[in-house]
Amino acid sequence: MSTEFYRTGAPIEDGKAPDGVIAERWDNRRFAAKLVNPANKRKLTVIVVGTGLAGGSAAATLAELGYDVKSFCYQDSPRRAHSIAAQGGINAAKNYRGDGDSVHRLFYDTVKGGDFRSRESNVYRLAQVSVEIIDQCVAQGVPFAREYGGLLDTRSFGGAQVSRTFYARGQTGQQLLLGAYQAMARQIQAGKIEMHPRTEMLDLILVDGRARGVVTRDLVTGEVRNHFADAVVLASGGYGNVFFLSTNAKGCNVTAIWRAHRKGALFANPCYTQIHPTCIPVSGDHQSKLTLMSESLRNDGRVWVPLTGGDTRAPADIPEAERDYYLERIYPSFGNLVPRDIASRAAKNVCDEGRGVGPGGLGVYLDFADAIARLGRDAVAAKYGNLFEMYERITGEDPFETPMRIYPAVHYTMGGLWVDYDLQATIPGLFVIGEANFSDHGANRLGASALMQGLADGYFVLPNTIGDYLAAGPFEPLDDAHPEVADAAEAVRTRVAKLLAVNGSRTPDSFHRELGRIMWDYCGMERTDAGLRKAVGLIQALREEFWRDVLVSGESEELNQQLEKAGRIADFFELAELMCIDALHRTESCGGHFRGESQTPDGEALRDDETFSYVAAWEYTGDRPVLHREHLTFEYVKPSQRSYK
Amino acid sequence: MNLTLKVWRQKNATSRGHLTTYRVKEISPDMSFLEMLDVLNERLILDGDDPIAFDHDCREGICGMCGLVINGVPHGEQRATTTCQLHMRHFKDGDTIVIEPWRAAPFPVVKDLVVDRSAFDRIIEAGGYVSVPTGSAPDAHAVPVPKASADTAFDAATCIGCGACVAACPNGSASLFTAAKITHLGLLPQGQPERARRARAMVETADELGFGGCTNIGECTAVCPKGIPLATIARMNADYLGLAATGD
Amino acid sequence: MIDRGAATAPVQAPDQGAGRARTERTTATKGSRATTRYRGAVGKKAVMAVTGALMIGFLVLHMIGNLKVFAGRDSFNDYAAWLRTVGEPMLPPSGFLWIQRIGLLVILALHITAAVQLTVQAKRARPVKYHVKRRVQQSYASRTMRWGGVIIAAFVVYHILDLTVGVANPAGTAADPYTRLVADFQRWYLVVAYAVPLLLLGLHLRHGVWSAAQSLGRGGTARERPIKLFATGFAVVLVAGFLLAPVGVLVGVVK
Ligand SMILES: Cc1cc2nc3c(=O)[nH]c(=O)nc-3n(C[C@H](O)[C@H](O)[C@H](O)COP(=O)(O)OP(=O)(O)OC[C@H]3O[C@@H](n4cnc5c(N)ncnc54)[C@H](O)[C@@H]3O)c2cc1C
Ligand code: HEM
Ligand code: FES
Repeated sequence: MSTEFYRTGAPIEDGKAPDGVIAERWDNRRFAAKLVNPANKRKLTVIVVGTGLAGGSAAATLAELGYDVKSFCYQDSPRRAHSIAAQGGINAAKNYRGDGDSVHRLFYDTVKGGDFRSRESNVYRLAQVSVEIIDQCVAQGVPFAREYGGLLDTRSFGGAQVSRTFYARGQTGQQLLLGAYQAMARQIQAGKIEMHPRTEMLDLILVDGRARGVVTRDLVTGEVRNHFADAVVLASGGYGNVFFLSTNAKGCNVTAIWRAHRKGALFANPCYTQIHPTCIPVSGDHQSKLTLMSESLRNDGRVWVPLTGGDTRAPADIPEAERDYYLERIYPSFGNLVPRDIASRAAKNVCDEGRGVGPGGLGVYLDFADAIARLGRDAVAAKYGNLFEMYERITGEDPFETPMRIYPAVHYTMGGLWVDYDLQATIPGLFVIGEANFSDHGANRLGASALMQGLADGYFVLPNTIGDYLAAGPFEPLDDAHPEVADAAEAVRTRVAKLLAVNGSRTPDSFHRELGRIMWDYCGMERTDAGLRKAVGLIQALREEFWRDVLVSGESEELNQQLEKAGRIADFFELAELMCIDALHRTESCGGHFRGESQTPDGEALRDDETFSYVAAWEYTGDRPVLHREHLTFEYVKPSQRSYK
Repeated sequence: MNLTLKVWRQKNATSRGHLTTYRVKEISPDMSFLEMLDVLNERLILDGDDPIAFDHDCREGICGMCGLVINGVPHGEQRATTTCQLHMRHFKDGDTIVIEPWRAAPFPVVKDLVVDRSAFDRIIEAGGYVSVPTGSAPDAHAVPVPKASADTAFDAATCIGCGACVAACPNGSASLFTAAKITHLGLLPQGQPERARRARAMVETADELGFGGCTNIGECTAVCPKGIPLATIARMNADYLGLAATGD
Repeated sequence: MIDRGAATAPVQAPDQGAGRARTERTTATKGSRATTRYRGAVGKKAVMAVTGALMIGFLVLHMIGNLKVFAGRDSFNDYAAWLRTVGEPMLPPSGFLWIQRIGLLVILALHITAAVQLTVQAKRARPVKYHVKRRVQQSYASRTMRWGGVIIAAFVVYHILDLTVGVANPAGTAADPYTRLVADFQRWYLVVAYAVPLLLLGLHLRHGVWSAAQSLGRGGTARERPIKLFATGFAVVLVAGFLLAPVGVLVGVVK
């Protein structure tokens, strides 16, 4: 076993999880939770780090409830959080179509989609709350797509059997985020939210074991400063950028949650990574990020590669007989619509066989010729026009004339800080919401469910559960001189100074690229024992080199984008190692984690429920991490093995 | 290809800036404009120079963080494209490219090509929202919205707040940005109760912040990556003046 | 100490919002509706649009009146005299003319004041110029509104000294209106002196009509083309109408 990499600690339990009938658990919890006296709310301050769907909705709602909120983001405006980029849509069990959807079905689909690695109670609550999200967003003026009768349109997304995805053309994330941002703006104007854009959280302040504030760096002036509160909420998004190339925005990082992890918050399931099958392939060494093409393209596009490797003919010159429509061949009943992980891995496999197309052989065709012949060019343009344009803008190729090239890319991280049913981490007073926590998606996330979770957490769950903690406040007033505060701030200053002092010979980006390459090769779509062991060694060596040889130009008391990068990369190194260790210890395949050693005879992911039906929550020690297991039980949805043949 | 870049360099908000010339070699046509700057920055760092600061985040044309005036046109000459989506294949070997920041008094330069656009947030804070506290909403189907209004509202709502409209406008006006939000919310039933107040507060705030007025020239919509139409400005004016708007 | 934001009651009346809500606006909402609206650029533009429209109305009548010159000396002089006696005895002699003059003066003053204020606001909004700035959209007409306007204003002054007061007229103050007019336009350079500002006026209105529609909220994507076409047509007709008399004199149709 891989125990030379980690130690095993005591199992943990979700102390807030209610029991009873699943449909009543959320009600019961809300009733059991302590309330904060309305007059007391304005004496309580809450810090919210992040202004994405999760953080933005939470900050607005907490302020509406009467708390004083301090909000932080690294962008120049809260409206630019990465949630803005979500395209496809948001799920909700409204059953407006009468097609058999229900809270229970959304719950069932999500647990199953998560490959039985999530908590039933959490997921059920998510499905319940989903309904209120749509109401709230519509009331805010989110311009969801509508039908001629004036009612909301929905579509079926990511292979769901029911039409439960609400959308705003291809810009659902943008519209939802602007809704939350505007709700925040109203509270900023009212003086209830103190907004700090271009401000990065660099550490968590713990006093007497409670989360009491954050140390931040002002990205314009470089000023390092303490902010105090009665509770801290982290909504800092996902960490897919550990792979360097991903569909995430360039600034997405793990720093906020990693710093909290170092201060004692357990990190759950770091290795669960979702790799999206339809992204525009890498075009060269200069590539700085990858662009997602909506999954809906697979509804009409056919995926293929040449039958034999090394075929350099133009796609149009390859006759039908010499093409391999491999998804249709291997998965006759689902064809091009197999789930994301299967489509991604299949693409990787054909490319590994040398049959990939485009620069570097890392791409497969997504061909619309049949769809154009069948539906007509206009119909295809109506459905996919903007996507085709976006593709052409980036690649210079017109999908009407030549097949698109696509390749999988890192898209979403299911792992994150461990939280209980109240969304509280293992540090009292530290709450984690949105993609930054691990809560609801298990080992894999369904399409259109991240937006749902972010808004569920921020609008409806956290504002209810945080009161139970804050009812004990306000806590002792703090100032910069408090020893625990001064230590945290000093540590941040030292670290900044240290990064600048190395003054080596390699740029931060060059390290990041190399780290990403290691992660992609060994901790990407397919992971193996040997590969992961190798990766851990490579990461350690690279990290050591980083601290010896990185070259961060400029100073700390100014806008210094290289310094920002370097700090984030330093944290990615530590995370990367933990991801590999988590992947190494989980010798089963499940959801977004595929272990080469654990597959069915025909190459499908093989779960090991006997051994691994648990959440792996890791404790930071500075040396070998300690594994705490939270066992998962399934009362309502019995684990079954997926099959898409 | 090989290019000559003339880039605005300015140490901080208070120092004087100037154009500095750089030569970049072996630029691939498949690079995005920002990737080309990445390449230059990597070299500058290794040469011991200060890399060029520029804003960016999503690099897929939606966050609105990027924005450079390229050869005198915000986001460059290609229409309906953000700087991050602009690719080098639209330039020719040997070209000289002048790169400047957005210029407007309410958008002071922070460093090099980075400007402070928080004035836009102030405009939204003045009234660019519907006042509905969480939990108070009726069922989403309680109020049907005619598809035409919903679609027009959506078109206006696609604004990414990049500020290219201000950068392009000879008057440094924020009218297109302000009008896009006023139009979005003003067309929906949910936005009606606050419609008159919203228009007044947002327009007056834009004036107070130091943006110019609109002279209906249309540079803004021409450079807008999302093609927000001038019609939104007519709506804003109507709402502000308390007149019924016409058309869309 | 825990530092906290301003404490406010959770219920907010948006206009009186505490915290960072702008105090300037709270004061700004005092005063009459018209003056508050005028404080904003949109209000100023509305004033320009309305005053512009009124001046257009005047110009149309003025242009039609000018065409009387083709009906002969007496007809034209009678028209000029009529303008001075119309409304009598309810109005004093030249009463109508003075009301109209004062009205136009006020209108022009408002138009120019707003134009100047907006120009100042625009200059302040862009204190640092671009090294390279390309125009993507703007038309010549839209770009020449300000200088064009100044030249038109200068022309209006000259025009009054010339044909109304007569001090700038070759025929002098004593001559009758028809004589002054003919005296002017027998000289080609005075025809040019009239034609150039008139063409500028045409440009001014080509953009101005569209702009006024937008400023008053009458624009719209579907209406943009029709309005612009109308504006161009209107400007051409108006300018041509005004040019008929000078050209008529120059070519000898009117003597
Ligand atoms: C291209 C793309 C398309 C997607 N499409 C869909 C879809 O169709 N449907 C769906 O359900 N999901 C989709 N997702 C996933 C979904 O968008 C995200 O999971 C979700 O938006 C995350 O929201 P969040 O609020 O948790 O974090 P984010 O929106 O990432 O926000 C993070 C916030 O934290 C701040 N922050 C981060 N670190 C720090 C720090 N150290 N200090 C201060 N502030 C910090 C940032 O400034 C930002 O404000 C998509 C994702 C991508 C990448
Ligand atoms: C015969 C006289 C004039 C007429 C009929 C006229 C008409 C108009 C009209 C209809 C508008 C559009 C208003 C709007 O934007 O909403 C306008 C705009 C304008 N006018 Fe005049 N105007 C006249 C004289 C002047 C003078 C003398 C000046 C200058 C001092 C001037 C300067 C301007 C300016 C700067 C604008 C705004 C520019 C723009 O919208 O792009 N005008 N005018
Ligand atoms: S970087 Fe987000 S729009 Fe360009």
